[in-house]
Amino acid sequence: MILFDELGYMLGDPLMQRALLAALLVGVSAPVVGTYLVQRRLALLGDGIGHVALTGVALGWLIGATMGLASADALAVPGAVVAAVVGSALIEVVRRRGRTSGDLALAIMFYGGIAGGVLLIGLAGGSSSNLMAYLFGSISTVTSTDLLLTVVLCAVILLVGLGLRAALFSVSHDEEFATASGLPVWALNMAVAVVAALTVTVAMRVVGLLLVSALMIVPVAIGQLVTHSFRRTMTVASVVGVTVCLVGLSLTYWYDVSPGATIVVLAIAVYAAVALARPLLIRRRPAGDPHPDIPDDVEVATTPAGTRTGTRSGAGDAEECPE
Amino acid sequence: MTSVATAPQASTTAPAPAVEARGVHVHLGASHILRGVDLTVARGEVVALLGANGSGKSTLVRTLVNVLPPSAGTVSILGRPLGSTVPWGDVGYVPQRVSAGTTVPSTAGEVVASGLLHGRRLRLPRGWRARVQDALDLVGLADRAGDATSQLSGGQQQRVLIARALVREPELLVLDEPVAGVDRPSQEAFAATMTRLVGDGLTVLVVLHELGELAPLVTRAVVLRHGRVVHDGAPPRPHGGHDAVGHEHVHPHEPGPLADEHRLTRGPLPGAPGTEARS
Repeated sequence: MILFDELGYMLGDPLMQRALLAALLVGVSAPVVGTYLVQRRLALLGDGIGHVALTGVALGWLIGATMGLASADALAVPGAVVAAVVGSALIEVVRRRGRTSGDLALAIMFYGGIAGGVLLIGLAGGSSSNLMAYLFGSISTVTSTDLLLTVVLCAVILLVGLGLRAALFSVSHDEEFATASGLPVWALNMAVAVVAALTVTVAMRVVGLLLVSALMIVPVAIGQLVTHSFRRTMTVASVVGVTVCLVGLSLTYWYDVSPGATIVVLAIAVYAAVALARPLLIRRRPAGDPHPDIPDDVEVATTPAGTRTGTRSGAGDAEECPE
Repeated sequence: MTSVATAPQASTTAPAPAVEARGVHVHLGASHILRGVDLTVARGEVVALLGANGSGKSTLVRTLVNVLPPSAGTVSILGRPLGSTVPWGDVGYVPQRVSAGTTVPSTAGEVVASGLLHGRRLRLPRGWRARVQDALDLVGLADRAGDATSQLSGGQQQRVLIARALVREPELLVLDEPVAGVDRPSQEAFAATMTRLVGDGLTVLVVLHELGELAPLVTRAVVLRHGRVVHDGAPPRPHGGHDAVGHEHVHPHEPGPLADEHRLTRGPLPGAPGTEARS
């Protein structure tokens, strides 16, 4: 009973309402984009964008300060959006030019993003501590304007991420085949990069730039443990994302802990639990010989039915009967 | 062009060649891979592209499907210059096996469904499930639509890629070693499927290491050597009756010279795909 009363208080709090709505939207969207990033082996892209977004925050702050705006950080979020989009587009261009330099470019983004952020915030008359809210999240201070921006950006993310799922899957799964199909591969890759950048800036409020990537990647890691289809991995990841965001945020209503860190720790705990319980969770395959019963062209002395496995001792058989 | 692929006269009234390449040069980095290749494939033909590893076969087909840019020469596909005006929905491409499994699992059905997207079609068409099922049926994997591709054997993965190319019901099918590492019964099934599709007017350009089960179907062979066409005409007889009917084609089971030759530049040895798929 006390629990329900407490839940009622929490849900009645307008501050908490806004925070929960933001967490809900981010919890759904981040894993959708994360699924594409994991599939194209760019799991760390979110981190790279996050670091660059920090420079954007500081740049927005600097511009706001020089323009003499009432609140110095009014342009921080727009700055982050611009810097993140530019940064991720840049990564995509580098990835296209030459594959080998891709992770090097990502590394340079990491360092440049943080250094640029700290440098610019100093020039803007602030201190590194001003950046803390962006680095670690500040969901409890979500305003109605912030919420509106979150709703719009999440709508864009979901529209692209779900509406173009088949095309984005094709490009992420086999870029060569997508090119040979005449698909606009460049535009689709750019769409993923831009949507990833938007996700980072939206999730920045909830978990902070340093932990943004976790919200995009960890739910996907959980999803792929329990399914073997792309679509279901994405669905499971989104469900997990929403759950950990809402539960983690609710916990901070009663316990004075960082919402971002709580959400991420919760997600990793779920991952560990699922990984341990996986043998019990995965769909049981029907018992029996998984090999199709088709003739091979290997001459074997005796092959009584039912004892075929006995003849398949060496790896060398694979050439003749891969099934 | 608008004639339905099932109409047999499609091969006799051929309006423009399915493939027409003139003086194609391709550079990859510093190496000059293709040195002035001419290739014409008329409608309804089944052309085998032969040659040793590294002779430029794959480079040529990848150029024809717009994956690699030619540094000189012209290519037209189904009567259109290479680019976005080519009706890509009428072209099916089977690349060499994607060896590295992606980290997010995907089912055979999902991979085949991606073959339904082409050109400006970015969303799956109505009734895609039935078409995917039909395509998987064509390659004998009807019951594996829901299985993760990583759980399929190497040969089965290859057949999924063939189904992905067939699902859009192409007029021109370009295949890059479709039967490498596929066992004999599957090769026979594949040849039977191809025979039926070719009978329906399909044009095929296929990179092969040996004619094998497809031999009766091949109308012409083009042999590449050092990036140039050295033979264009009747399928040549390989020495030693290598592909003769009744030839017991047995590879040594250790990575010897024969096995090496098979996929020298393409990573896994013949034994590898099957074994990795079971792990």
